[in-house]
Amino acid sequence: MSAYILRRLLYAVPILIGVNLLTFVLFFVLNSPDEMARMQLGEKRVTAAAISNWKQEHGYDRPLLFNDKATGLAKVTDTIFFQRSVKLFAFDFGSSDDGRNIGYDISQRMWPSLAIAVPVLLVGLAINISLALFIVFFRATYLDLGAVVLLVAMMSISGLFYIIGGQFLMSKMFHLVPISGYDTGIEAWKFLILPVIVGVVGGVGSGVRWYRTLFLEEVSKDYVRTARAKGLSERRVLFRHVLGNALIPILTGVVVVLPLLFMGSLITESFFGIPGLGSYTIDAISNQDFAIVRAMVFLGAVLYILGLLLTDISYTLVDPRVRLQ
Amino acid sequence: MMPVVLWTDALVFLLLALAVGFALYASRHEHLRAPWRRVARSRVGMGALVVLSFYVLIGLLDTLHFRLPLADPAPGAANPSAERRFAPEVLSVFDYWARPLRQRQEKTYSAPFATHLFVKEAITQPDGSVVRDFPRLQYGGRHLKDPNQRGWDIFGTALRGLTEGLAVWGLITLQVLWSMAQRRGLALSAVYEEVRDGRTELPWRTALGGLALMLVLGFVAGELALKYHILGTDKVGEDVFFQALKSIRTGLVIGTLTTLVMLPAAVLLGIMAGYFRGWVDDVIQYLYTTLNAIPSVLLIAAAILMLQVYMANNADQFESLVERADLRLLFLCLILGVTSWTGLCRLLRGEALKLREADYVQAGAALGVGHFAILGRHILPNVLHIVLITLVLDFSGLVLAEAVLSYINIGVDPTMNSWGNMINSARLELARDPVVWWSLAAAFLFMFTLVLAANLFADVVRDAFDPRLRGAR
Repeated sequence: MSAYILRRLLYAVPILIGVNLLTFVLFFVLNSPDEMARMQLGEKRVTAAAISNWKQEHGYDRPLLFNDKATGLAKVTDTIFFQRSVKLFAFDFGSSDDGRNIGYDISQRMWPSLAIAVPVLLVGLAINISLALFIVFFRATYLDLGAVVLLVAMMSISGLFYIIGGQFLMSKMFHLVPISGYDTGIEAWKFLILPVIVGVVGGVGSGVRWYRTLFLEEVSKDYVRTARAKGLSERRVLFRHVLGNALIPILTGVVVVLPLLFMGSLITESFFGIPGLGSYTIDAISNQDFAIVRAMVFLGAVLYILGLLLTDISYTLVDPRVRLQ
Repeated sequence: MMPVVLWTDALVFLLLALAVGFALYASRHEHLRAPWRRVARSRVGMGALVVLSFYVLIGLLDTLHFRLPLADPAPGAANPSAERRFAPEVLSVFDYWARPLRQRQEKTYSAPFATHLFVKEAITQPDGSVVRDFPRLQYGGRHLKDPNQRGWDIFGTALRGLTEGLAVWGLITLQVLWSMAQRRGLALSAVYEEVRDGRTELPWRTALGGLALMLVLGFVAGELALKYHILGTDKVGEDVFFQALKSIRTGLVIGTLTTLVMLPAAVLLGIMAGYFRGWVDDVIQYLYTTLNAIPSVLLIAAAILMLQVYMANNADQFESLVERADLRLLFLCLILGVTSWTGLCRLLRGEALKLREADYVQAGAALGVGHFAILGRHILPNVLHIVLITLVLDFSGLVLAEAVLSYINIGVDPTMNSWGNMINSARLELARDPVVWWSLAAAFLFMFTLVLAANLFADVVRDAFDPRLRGAR
């Protein structure tokens, strides 16, 4: 098993190099530091001196890939590519265009993101699975049909409307919770409850439908028939046997998103003013702060690969038939 | 009149040609025709199809662009032989057709069916005194002498729309019934009874019922829209109903062109990876894992930012705002395609892995058929159903994605009508007191209808094409 994990981790290296090269090309070759400087300085006609000044301040005055002026190893290390891209591998994200330490910002901002993402995941999972089992219990009746129609309708609503509707109902009409904002410590719950509700409700449509198909597929298998023939009640069949056996695909779907929870949701966080990584990224996009966007791309890729690895490991834990080698 | 073909227009026409070509191809192959027959027999599928076709019709009308000629120079002008001049503004057939909606701009917000502006203004009375009140709208309900008659006027106009809609529907229905009766050699009344009782092979009752609903809605809305702003006006006084209709093209283009853009890469690479295996497979797998590892929103954001910088630096390359917005739309489709081809590619790779072991493929290879002939003749036709299912399933997701991306300003151009842009601007209006809700409601209504119809249709298509799922739901 450890050999397998090690090999998978090694396999991740070329992927991360690929991601890194791609972002480097996107952010530095297609969009040269000169243009970045011009955009940050904001003026259409900025002087050449101002541009070179800005580049020097932010460390973009080096050559892109190869430095002839330096000596020895510095020929390779004293370049934008090394300073800005290779260092990402050591999780040294450098500083953003307005001079803040990105690594520190990320470590601060991942907690609010987690505070929303984890409850949304857990509560959503519980609600989706129980609703799906409920619908499967009444399969092939009008209740089932009506539920599916309702689910498709819920799926067809854009996530933006769930947020806007939730804010309007809960905050503006009934004044139950603040519209947006965040607080540190235990007081944060007031600000968190609405985003969590919205996140859960917004996910019910597609979630329940997906679990319903999963359970229906399981229900038609032979062992279920055997369990019924044995005289077990339908409830017992569903909750014991079907749910237990459907856990594998459910777990697969869940485990793969676990690492990505750190990244938070762009839309939810920016709508509710939560200072998490999602709103961090959105702000960076709208400020055209490429250093932050680049760091987040890299972080996202690392977490994605981690998720894939965790999925494989979780298989062995859930299903003894799977053996990794 | 000078036709203008924007980039996305050209691609939409190409898509249309491909669809017609595929329809012809499918009609000659039983294994493709049978699932479509199943789709056509489903009541849900037929209902969704009717709704979708209305959307497609508006989208297509909005895709035929042209520029109007300027007024002829005076007869005795210096050089009458000079070529005709055209207005710089690019219009679509839909713009031209819905001219009254487009041109009747109010000053600022007005509520649906309002006769007065939404905000108070200083009005000079005939006697010279100035009062602060809600002024009458310039266009909405202008024909009313007394705004209090509005209710009856709306009722009457709606009734007229209803009658017109029913009349058109009646003509179409009669035509359909008559041709059915002709073909099957039955009396008209017999066919009518069959349709009425829902005994026909295709669910004609549902189709005609859906058509009736859409036509009546269309005509009522059309009649009312000529006199009122039926969904109100936005901040700069533009008719919201018109904006929502214009957004249809954007949504459809994003939903369809994106898949068209990604299709060649996904199909080619997917079946090649599965068929050749070895290093080809490794390279292609590496490619899509790498692309998948990048959070798609960030990739899209990065690409759109690049484009913005490029456009800002090379402003002289783009003749008009419309062209600029169009290029950005195309670019958005491209980049969305780049982030979404990986899923289909993986599916096709798995299927090709399976198919290459099939007896007929093995036999072909043993007989010395070339690799690419096998790919084109055996593998590709046998994965078409997966391609089709993916395309239909992706559509609604892409329409929704457009709204989210436009909301964070990395979607379509802000000057382009789209539901995302409507939501984006409506967000601040919700904070007003009293609330300006109609832009949001309009965007919601139009988007929901399209996505719901697309989702229902996709379900039917998937059930029909995926033999594994048949009967499961």
